[in-house]
Amino acid sequence: MHGRIRTWGPGALVLLPTVLLLGYFVYGLIAWSFNTSLTDRHTARKGPASYVGFENYGHLFGEDRFLNSLKNLGVLTVAFIVGTLIFGLLWALLLEKGVPGESIFRSIYLFPMAISMIASGVVWGWLLNPSQGADARGLNRLFEILHLHFLENPWWTAGSRWTTMASIALPAVWQLSGYIMALFLAGFRGIPPELREAARVDGASEFKLYRHVLFPQLSPIALSALIILGHMSLKLFDLIYAITGPNQFRTEVPAIYMWNTLLRSDMAKSAAIAIVLLAVVAVLVIPYIAYTVRQENEE
Amino acid sequence: MRGGLSKTLALVGAAGLLAVSACGNSNSGGSGGNSSASKDVTVFTWWADGGEKAGLDGLVSVFSTACKDYKFVNSAVAGGAGSNAKQVLANDLQAGKPPSTFQAHAGAELKDYINAGQVDDVSQLYKDYGLDKAFPQNLIDNLTVGGKIYSIPANVHRANVVWANPTVLKKANLDATKAPASVDAWIADLTKLKAAGVAAPLALSKGFAQEMLVEAVLLADLGPDKFKGLWDGKTPWAGGDVTAALNKYKTLLTFTNSDREAIDWPDALGYVNSGKAGYTLMGDWVAAQQLADKIPDTAYTYWPAPGTSEAFQFLSDSFTLPTNGVDPDGAKCWLKTVGSAEGQKAFNTKKGSIPARSDANPADYPKYQQTAMADWKKDQIVPSCAHGAACTLGQNNDILSALSQFSGSPDVAKLQTALGAAMKTS
Repeated sequence: MHGRIRTWGPGALVLLPTVLLLGYFVYGLIAWSFNTSLTDRHTARKGPASYVGFENYGHLFGEDRFLNSLKNLGVLTVAFIVGTLIFGLLWALLLEKGVPGESIFRSIYLFPMAISMIASGVVWGWLLNPSQGADARGLNRLFEILHLHFLENPWWTAGSRWTTMASIALPAVWQLSGYIMALFLAGFRGIPPELREAARVDGASEFKLYRHVLFPQLSPIALSALIILGHMSLKLFDLIYAITGPNQFRTEVPAIYMWNTLLRSDMAKSAAIAIVLLAVVAVLVIPYIAYTVRQENEE
Repeated sequence: MRGGLSKTLALVGAAGLLAVSACGNSNSGGSGGNSSASKDVTVFTWWADGGEKAGLDGLVSVFSTACKDYKFVNSAVAGGAGSNAKQVLANDLQAGKPPSTFQAHAGAELKDYINAGQVDDVSQLYKDYGLDKAFPQNLIDNLTVGGKIYSIPANVHRANVVWANPTVLKKANLDATKAPASVDAWIADLTKLKAAGVAAPLALSKGFAQEMLVEAVLLADLGPDKFKGLWDGKTPWAGGDVTAALNKYKTLLTFTNSDREAIDWPDALGYVNSGKAGYTLMGDWVAAQQLADKIPDTAYTYWPAPGTSEAFQFLSDSFTLPTNGVDPDGAKCWLKTVGSAEGQKAFNTKKGSIPARSDANPADYPKYQQTAMADWKKDQIVPSCAHGAACTLGQNNDILSALSQFSGSPDVAKLQTALGAAMKTS
């Protein structure tokens, strides 16, 4: 008995505060939110609420506004992830090939990461001004000056869901491409030079070298990047709030809708939105965790 | 050893719990004001800068002489036209830590707090302070919910005002001194302006500015009584007259700037001042903004929105008595200051609004306020949803969402259904 405590005791002791804090602030509050989402607590009034089962969820999925916000989120996530991966990989490839002053470029690309989303959102809100032609401002003004009239567009204020949400994704892509670049660059640098030499000796072309030797080695990094970007996109709130304001139907995502619902003290509904959002994140993250655990077990 | 270990375990456990409870407490830090010894009165507002802050400072100076036993503690939350503040306030109220008194729009917006049991009835204070005689009866009617009054207004603003640039109107030989008689006449004028080379004669900004324009069109087309009925359920939203009004709103949108979803009302006002647009519709806080921007009052003119000259669409900032507040006597002294003639003068001359009391002397106020005070006495008072007098936060939120959707892809039938549905929620 005594001996066993000696083996697991100190470890448990170290873990205990974390377990308590996580248990309360993460899992406890998730449970509490879920519980609230099952009740009819639609005002700030305290006192007993009765359980209505999954009625709130039923209402949510029957609501145009919520479905619109889910679709917006889907489009935003795709545009954001694809855009960021393309630019991140492109920059990493360019730097990996070797350029003079690499560290300067690295800093420039990474710099946007240092700015908070809300601050860059305010600036991008000005840049994405929809006025065109003689009245053009922001990016449209730039295109006007450069005589690139075909690039001028109303950004998020008109057009399809794709153009709207891609405009919103643009600042996020700008902000995170540098980070993805850093991930990929680290990946490239981590590949032993012998592999490249061996491939070259075997007569592989540069394209084949990347296609069959280097890229496969980067797939774990690509997967992490995908997860990081995916869950960031799902939680995106401040950027959209700063660019379009909180009451914009065209760009509303579940996080913004939850904020709006909370403002009117509809506790049950906002808790239901939160749980749906958690479920969407879980769909993305759980397979990743399962994959990682399996990998580790294999090793 | 075993004893030592279990002691250590207990200690770590206790530390963990302590950390948990400490974090729990820090939530309430924002509202402050829990010391009864110094008799602090925490006043929660979203008046953090500009004319609003100046007005609040004016109130505070009156308060500090009239209520010597109490100390004013500012707990203003800036930004988001009050929506950030409302979010913070909701947290404090939910946690059972209300400020001594908080700002809320008079009228339907208070219903949220009343329904949640978070504010007390102040009808007795109206009698004690003589406010039942000092405020116009129709204002008191607008404030009364189920026979009780829950707040004391500090000021009155008018929402249905159009601000115009006479120089621009001259381009199309339009008379800048008086308003078009109806929305149709206004549309005709806008058409002339467009023909005269003003590309976007009606400057419009995002969110509540669009809501105010819709309200003004509805008010003009339906008349004050039916308009009021839209908000208390007596006028059906599905009616043909509403459809006609919304179609006119759709036409008005075609005369507005294409960046309407990207700018705020001061930018829209800037378009009028710089001559890019002929008109903008905005509440009378514009008067204070023009003063702050040093625009001479010959450079602009104003009149009630076309077709609404007999109606004063009001909104009002008011203060409440929260249930289970820390120091109700201090809060009452604040409320007394807010309602007093001296307090209203100190506040409104700086904020650019007019006093809710009908016994104020117009000579104390600048030019715009003098005309507004005269109208306030004679016009029919109707509430505005955009600023919480006619609808709750939730209804307003749904309406704003529907209007932003309409701004992108105008579909009158869809908008009409959405507006009706918004008023059915709470």
